[in-house]
Amino acid sequence: MLKIITAVIGRDLKLAMRRQADIVSAMFFFVIVVSLFPLGIGPEPDLLRKLAPGVLWVAALLATMLSLPRLFADDHRDGTLEQLALAPHPLGLVVTGKVIAHWLVSGLPLALIAPVLGIQFDLSSEALVVLTGAILLGTPALSGIGAIGAALTLGLRGGGVLLSLLVLPLYIPVLIFGAGAVDATVSGLGGEGHLSLLAALTFASLGFAPWASAAALKIALE
Amino acid sequence: MKDRFNFYRFASPATFYPLAGALIPFFVAISVLFGLAGLYLGMLVAPTDFQQGEGYRIIFIHVPASWMSMFIYLVMAFWAAIGLAFNTRLSGMMAQALAPTGALMAFISLWTGALWGKPMWGAWWVWDARLTSELILLFLYIGYMALTAAIDDARRADKAGGLLLLVGVVNVPIIYFSVKWWNTLHQGSSVNLAKSSMAQTMLWGMLLMAMCFWMYSIAVALMRVRTIMLERERNTDWVKAVLEGEGK
Repeated sequence: MLKIITAVIGRDLKLAMRRQADIVSAMFFFVIVVSLFPLGIGPEPDLLRKLAPGVLWVAALLATMLSLPRLFADDHRDGTLEQLALAPHPLGLVVTGKVIAHWLVSGLPLALIAPVLGIQFDLSSEALVVLTGAILLGTPALSGIGAIGAALTLGLRGGGVLLSLLVLPLYIPVLIFGAGAVDATVSGLGGEGHLSLLAALTFASLGFAPWASAAALKIALE
Repeated sequence: MKDRFNFYRFASPATFYPLAGALIPFFVAISVLFGLAGLYLGMLVAPTDFQQGEGYRIIFIHVPASWMSMFIYLVMAFWAAIGLAFNTRLSGMMAQALAPTGALMAFISLWTGALWGKPMWGAWWVWDARLTSELILLFLYIGYMALTAAIDDARRADKAGGLLLLVGVVNVPIIYFSVKWWNTLHQGSSVNLAKSSMAQTMLWGMLLMAMCFWMYSIAVALMRVRTIMLERERNTDWVKAVLEGEGK
């Protein structure tokens, strides 16, 4: 079981490394969106500190959305996906591997840049640690839930916009608890409760979402 | 073999089409009756609220619409589950026929909520947990309709939409509670919707209006499902027979 997952992760990572521009452009999208907010709102540190968690999290959601259509589209176009679906292993395991690989190339880099952007927003070091932890904990849930949307919209016209319509409402709990964890730390309440809920969302979505996506893929491949 | 009444016979569009046609006037009539009774109770009999004056009477539209918007989503998810489990054609059509009514109810609920909120709370919109989750429910309806509209193959649209509905139904409680906690953590409860006591006539008026909305939804969904059936099965003999029978 683990063998299939690791094989898929290895394959997807190798493919991603051959096209590094995709990863880098999603990261720069994140950086640019976050940097636009101070320009639109004004440079007052107090205001920025208050807005930082929400801004960073919304930008992280959008950056994740950006790379989602490619999760299955390339494999679908060259027929790999059909072969994977025909393989004797459950398709859900394959999707689990793809979700983890997607997180490694889209979620993990976001968590690594987020503290740097947090400094721009004058966050304290304590808040930066929680922010990084929250993004690390929450982005796997984004990849998991996003996989369902990516599978449902596979091969449809206007897939990208449609995908955001389907997936963004489902991202709301992650946004609330992710930004809430940082908010609670800034206000001195402690973000542990939020982080626990975020971890619960991530584990639940990593457990269930791949199977729902596998069902959606089977519908798309019929 | 005994010739028992077989409920599953009506899972076929060819047999359900005339049944739906026969049921529509029935549901329309009940809806009108309940509506008249509910409006009479709500607008004329129910006492004026001592805090909110006459303005509170929008509750007789607002609350039933909110209830129906939530209930219709559950009914759609129910049909989606049946459709995915038993691979029936009609279930997907029912889910699609219900979606616009559900979205309409969510919209009415938000709209009347804004109209009610302005004079009572002094704001068209507050980020209250209920309002926010109703708005998200509207987004879920729109997402469902956008997905089914984007897929040309009707069967695939039904199945993909059904899966989305099931995912949505699992998420609705999570979203509701996260919004609720978010709200209480941010600003505390500035708006208290809970009423200490409600006059009996008000409650009855609201229940009657809810029945009216319910029956209206069924009638409209049946009308819509009939046209969906005709459109999808236009190449079959029974549709040709129906259309010839109607002289078109």
